[in-house]
Amino acid sequence: MFMIFGIPGPLLFGQLLLGLINGAFYAMLSLGLAIIFGMLNIINFAHGALFMMGAFVSWMLLNYLGIGYFPALILAPLIVGVFGIVLEKTIISRLYKLDHLYGLLLTFGMALVIEGLFRNAYGSSGMPYQIPPVLQGATNLGFMYMPNYRGWVVLAALVVCLSTWAIIEKTSLGATLRAATENAPMVQAFGVDVPRLITLTYAGGVALAAFAGVLAAPIYSVNPNMGSNFINTVFAVVVIGGMGSIMGSIITGFGLGVIEGLTKVFYPQASATVVFVVMVIVLLVRPRGLFGRTA
Amino acid sequence: MAASSRSPLVFGFSRAQLIAFAVMLALIVASPFVLYPVFLMQVLCAALFACAFNLMIGYVGLLSFGHAAFFGMGSYIAAWTMKFWHVDASIAIILGGLTGAALGLVMGYLAIRRSGIYFAMITLALAQMVYFFCLEAPFTGGEDGIQQVPRGHLFGFIDLSNDMTMYWVVAAVFIGGFLLIHRIIHSPFGQVLKGIRENEPRATSLGYRTDDYKLIAFVLSCAISGVAGGTKALVFGIATLTDVHYSTSGEVVLTTLLGGLGTVFGPAMGAVVVTSMENYLAQFGAWVTVTQGAIFMICVLAFRRGIIGELAAKLKLAL
Repeated sequence: MFMIFGIPGPLLFGQLLLGLINGAFYAMLSLGLAIIFGMLNIINFAHGALFMMGAFVSWMLLNYLGIGYFPALILAPLIVGVFGIVLEKTIISRLYKLDHLYGLLLTFGMALVIEGLFRNAYGSSGMPYQIPPVLQGATNLGFMYMPNYRGWVVLAALVVCLSTWAIIEKTSLGATLRAATENAPMVQAFGVDVPRLITLTYAGGVALAAFAGVLAAPIYSVNPNMGSNFINTVFAVVVIGGMGSIMGSIITGFGLGVIEGLTKVFYPQASATVVFVVMVIVLLVRPRGLFGRTA
Repeated sequence: MAASSRSPLVFGFSRAQLIAFAVMLALIVASPFVLYPVFLMQVLCAALFACAFNLMIGYVGLLSFGHAAFFGMGSYIAAWTMKFWHVDASIAIILGGLTGAALGLVMGYLAIRRSGIYFAMITLALAQMVYFFCLEAPFTGGEDGIQQVPRGHLFGFIDLSNDMTMYWVVAAVFIGGFLLIHRIIHSPFGQVLKGIRENEPRATSLGYRTDDYKLIAFVLSCAISGVAGGTKALVFGIATLTDVHYSTSGEVVLTTLLGGLGTVFGPAMGAVVVTSMENYLAQFGAWVTVTQGAIFMICVLAFRRGIIGELAAKLKLAL
């Protein structure tokens, strides 16, 4: 067995891969938060709950309707996205004229309600979700054995994140979106239906969270707390990256996942807190965040 | 503000506030003869915690989503020093307050670099760090917490094992904290805080170092939160991870919001409602969470002034 810095290679790479997977979730969730914040000026505290819903919907599709993993990968984000549209239209849209903090409080309440309802219905112990047969097993990469599903998660997350980036930065829809983020009244004056754009943005961000939830279902057990376990770290990721840049969110998310994975190898006790330590350092050195444009 | 211009102030209280304060005092004195003292002590600790939190959101305009860190660490330190160093109850509560203040100084120094929702997210994240620290650190007892903390004797001779005696001590701590916060708000320092809340650039241009003012207010709020946590540990003889968990941070936000952000008596009123609801709903499991979430949403959508705030608006008074 070969060693790197006195650490067995397979252990190091294994933890790196785990870190990349966590990073993939951080990236997808913080990306959604950033997009939603850009358009709605609301920090979507319910993001973790909707991530959990994504996992639960895929579990329900499988257990109640016999619909498997790959269709769920598309269906669950759609279903949760539609749920997001309902939330935005009926509840969140009432708050746009108020202080941002009310949006945070409202979505926090929403998260409590959603998580509480799922906990009532399914308990908090969690339910297993099988890895689909195609993605079971492991591949020998020469320097380590990589479980196929984990490789798939990193790949799928990268593709989704980069597509989101491409849509926002390179298409005309994205250009309209960015323009509306900068100056909504002006874009509306040009004849764009801004309220609909806002609704779709919320649905899109929420669908991203749900997609992450489906990817997460086979890795973690499907349980009502899976979102809130993640979301606090994701907030730290958002503070570190700053919400100004899409690519920034993606890089920060993956980067912090890797840092967390490496910490697990070299100093396991600190692995739960390392993201917060990075946040403290960033706040001291560059308070607006690594990619943030304004304080 | 409207009331203060119409009627003379007594110790910073308007006449309506004096009456409300007298009613609150009367309720505090009378209620242990009607209701369980242990429940009432829980209410008073929650009320003091919410009053401390309200100092930040109501008078500085900063929403801290990490106040559980100060409450919980105050609780842990008070419980630990009482159990293992056998310090006097008064010292333990003071140590709880000092712990809250010290932690608040560090967290506040970092968090006031940003405002608005970033302030909320940073305090939440830092409090989560404190939570993980408490989960790992040996002195907190991990999942078990610090249990069976003896109440001991206050000042060496007042036996606190009697619930009624304990109640009067907790009531005194609450009223002390309440009046302290009232004094802070009505001091020249408090006026500057309100000025910063209303228009920070203007306060800066008038020569106030606004960050220093915010930090001092934050530390005061954290110190009182620590006192509330220490008192809670003394009453129940236990300090656990729940005290530092972010759900406790959410609860104090809910308590204050429901009672009325920025009102003098709102946080106490909120504590009565939220604590009663929790005790009543405790048997129904996760419905507590659902109800709390629903109240959050209703408050934000339709009831932003809270119970006391709405009442005050009806009566055209400041309460």
